[in-house]
Amino acid sequence: MTVTYEHHDYDVLIIGAGGAGLRAAIEAKQQGLSVALITKSLLGKAHTVMAEGGMAAAMGNVYAEDNWMVHFRDTMRGGKYLNNYRMAEIHAKEAPDRVLELEQWGALFDRTKDGKILQRDFGGHRYARLAHVGDRTGLELIRTLQQKVVSMGTDVFMECKVLKLVHDDEGKIAGCVAYRRPTGEFVTFGAKAIILATGGAGKSWKFTSNSWEGTGDGHAMALWAGAELIDMECIQFHPTGMVWPLSVRGLLVTEGVRGDGGVLRNSEGKRFMFNYVADMFRAETAETEEEADKWYDDHSAGRRPPELLPRDEVARAINAEVKAGRGSPHGGVYLDIASRRSAEFIRRRLPSMYHQFMELAGVDITKEPMEIGPTNHYIMGGVKVDADTAHTSVPGLFAAGEVAGGMHGANRLGGNSLSDLIVFGRRAGMGAVEYIQGGAAVGAMRRDEIDAAIAEAVAPFDVEEGENPYDIQRDLQEMMQANVGIIRTASELEDAIAQLDVFTERVKNIKVKGGRAYNPGWNLATDLPAMLTVSKCVALGANLRKESRGGHTREDFPKADAHFGTFNLAHQSQGGNWDSPIVTNESPLLPVPEELKALLEEGK
Amino acid sequence: MAEVTLRVWRGDASGGDFENYVTTQNEGEVVLDLIHRIQATEAPDLACRWNCKAGKCGSCAAEINGKPRLMCMTRMDQLPEGPVTVTPMKTFPIIRDLVTDVSFNYAMAEKVPAFLPPPMPEGGYRMYQEDVERGQEFRKCIECFMCQDVCHVIRDHEENKVNYAGPRFFIRYAELEMHPLDQNDRRDLVREDMGLGYCNITKCCTEVCPEHIKITDNAIIPLKERVVDAHYDPVAWLGRKIRRKTKVSAADAAIQPAP
Repeated sequence: MTVTYEHHDYDVLIIGAGGAGLRAAIEAKQQGLSVALITKSLLGKAHTVMAEGGMAAAMGNVYAEDNWMVHFRDTMRGGKYLNNYRMAEIHAKEAPDRVLELEQWGALFDRTKDGKILQRDFGGHRYARLAHVGDRTGLELIRTLQQKVVSMGTDVFMECKVLKLVHDDEGKIAGCVAYRRPTGEFVTFGAKAIILATGGAGKSWKFTSNSWEGTGDGHAMALWAGAELIDMECIQFHPTGMVWPLSVRGLLVTEGVRGDGGVLRNSEGKRFMFNYVADMFRAETAETEEEADKWYDDHSAGRRPPELLPRDEVARAINAEVKAGRGSPHGGVYLDIASRRSAEFIRRRLPSMYHQFMELAGVDITKEPMEIGPTNHYIMGGVKVDADTAHTSVPGLFAAGEVAGGMHGANRLGGNSLSDLIVFGRRAGMGAVEYIQGGAAVGAMRRDEIDAAIAEAVAPFDVEEGENPYDIQRDLQEMMQANVGIIRTASELEDAIAQLDVFTERVKNIKVKGGRAYNPGWNLATDLPAMLTVSKCVALGANLRKESRGGHTREDFPKADAHFGTFNLAHQSQGGNWDSPIVTNESPLLPVPEELKALLEEGK
Repeated sequence: MAEVTLRVWRGDASGGDFENYVTTQNEGEVVLDLIHRIQATEAPDLACRWNCKAGKCGSCAAEINGKPRLMCMTRMDQLPEGPVTVTPMKTFPIIRDLVTDVSFNYAMAEKVPAFLPPPMPEGGYRMYQEDVERGQEFRKCIECFMCQDVCHVIRDHEENKVNYAGPRFFIRYAELEMHPLDQNDRRDLVREDMGLGYCNITKCCTEVCPEHIKITDNAIIPLKERVVDAHYDPVAWLGRKIRRKTKVSAADAAIQPAP
């Protein structure tokens, strides 16, 4: 018997409606193709909305000396040279135009005195470079793109969870299978091209700034469909997450606090970051508090404060201070802007931070320091793509934004994510259009793949005696936090790899109660396979990369190793199912052309 | 750690009832923490929306002890002692438990004629901070739709939904009206089709706004003034009739070449 499901056909299907997905939709739609967006939540709620500080673009509005070459250099150095140089180059060159484009669609950025877009300082960026709106830049970005997409009449499938990508008989991407969360009914989508814009995977860790959606769906689906995932061991622990009360542990505190003058202090009141300046940043970092403080007003009067080193450096330093017994009562350190800026300045520049601490922690940040500590924030690793087109190795499958790998190397600079979304969202849209107009003949969706995905999704209803998916999620988060956290070591990673096999068996034994209509327990059960796939790739990569670099720190290999700096670790699925074995290979980095190499040497 | 009773409405479009859950409450917890604890233990199928858990996305709006609140920003220790009642937003149809069908709002968003700026000069537009600040206040909106939920015009009169945009979209129209670059005139639309006149400025929307946007004073009242001026001032009316740009539809405006 053949079961039929609700079915839709489009030229381009975009999975994920954050910044990258929305920007991709605009591009494909403007070129006249039929386009649909699928999102797990309501439109406008994707993770982009939580981004605070700004988007990096070398517009030169505050420091005329800034240009794409400096931005490219900062991005590569921040990424510890593991980046796909071509992505970093395209990003640095195109970001300013993408920011200006947002103004043409209605965005209202903060202004300089002469009426241009104001730019703020952030870690790792040599000049004030982040276009922003107070500390709610992500909201401005998503709302602007959302309103543009809606005005174009784009179809949006809200609260719709994609389970698996589906091929045609020749192995090209031909569509996907999903279910609608409000009803639990299955739906299939046929498409000539699919763009993954599903964001990150932080929900597999206990302390994270990510929402329930960050389960790595796109990473996992790409791997299952035959694409490669690279750099999965490179995870960004943002230095400043809230640590107290426990109910908000992990919630993001914007780097803008430090960009606007905030400093880090330990329990002795000391600005400890001066003790943690790595050799590669020594020449451009202030040595005394006096020198650092001069820099905020005039970047030529002193060198950068060490609080504004790249995020990986700051997170490791905080971790070390806490370990040495100089932490705050709840296991963090202090982020102090109260003693350094006026209450009026703080409330104007950081309104949502003020609000967040006042309401959730009862702390007035204009009067007291904040207690903060590292939180899982971003995954640098992702689907391997062609820099110019965002095309993966699977015909018809594209990826942009956090789900794509390569742009940020081993560590992402703050502010480079929002600009990544709009630069590569557009590139992915263009890539998909070019692929379709190039005449790619896509066949029918493979029925066996659809049936298998649906059978797997409903299986937990038939288990007689099984586990609550929430128990498995909690245990997974605790295990990943403990074994594959900010500082890693061989024994813990090997233990994690072994434990993930046990988790795989536990997921096969999930019991879901209730029906399919808006059932969060079932929704979680369908997210767990992706969470496990991503966790495995992270643990495998972390175990194989026997060095410390960017967002990957090994206690047993504390230094960077030149040999490991020549390749990415690339994972592939053998079998294409969520529980199939994963093989990992070394994938050589793209060689950087001589003229760009010269930029990297400059000021080294 | 204390013990607390949550009375949560459970059911779907066909009906439902309150269910009592006795659960623990730790220091600093918000209502959403307790809903999550109930989900993770005794009721994994308890439906609620949430995303950021930081008051930034507006997903988890519900009525707590009868008042529209974000569950993620409502601290348990600031509610009166005794059982806490959590119900879905009343103005929208129920999907399941605390989840409502908010598609009314997305339909209203589709009716907003697109932003229409002049061509961008070389190097970008020039706008000044004082000119963008009025619009920025309205763009703080996180679309929790609690202002829509509390608005009597539609809360108690389902029939008004066909021609009433509601406070969320009045601030959107006000934002566009006050945008330094926008050239699209939506004043007749707001008056004739969006039901601005139904609002009798009781300020309920302003009171529930989690972003503290002064919806009534800064958006609705100025918008009413502008709409009225445009409609009843004969000189302005004649001027617009003569110079009136062809009404640009949302779709037409959107198809303009990619800037």
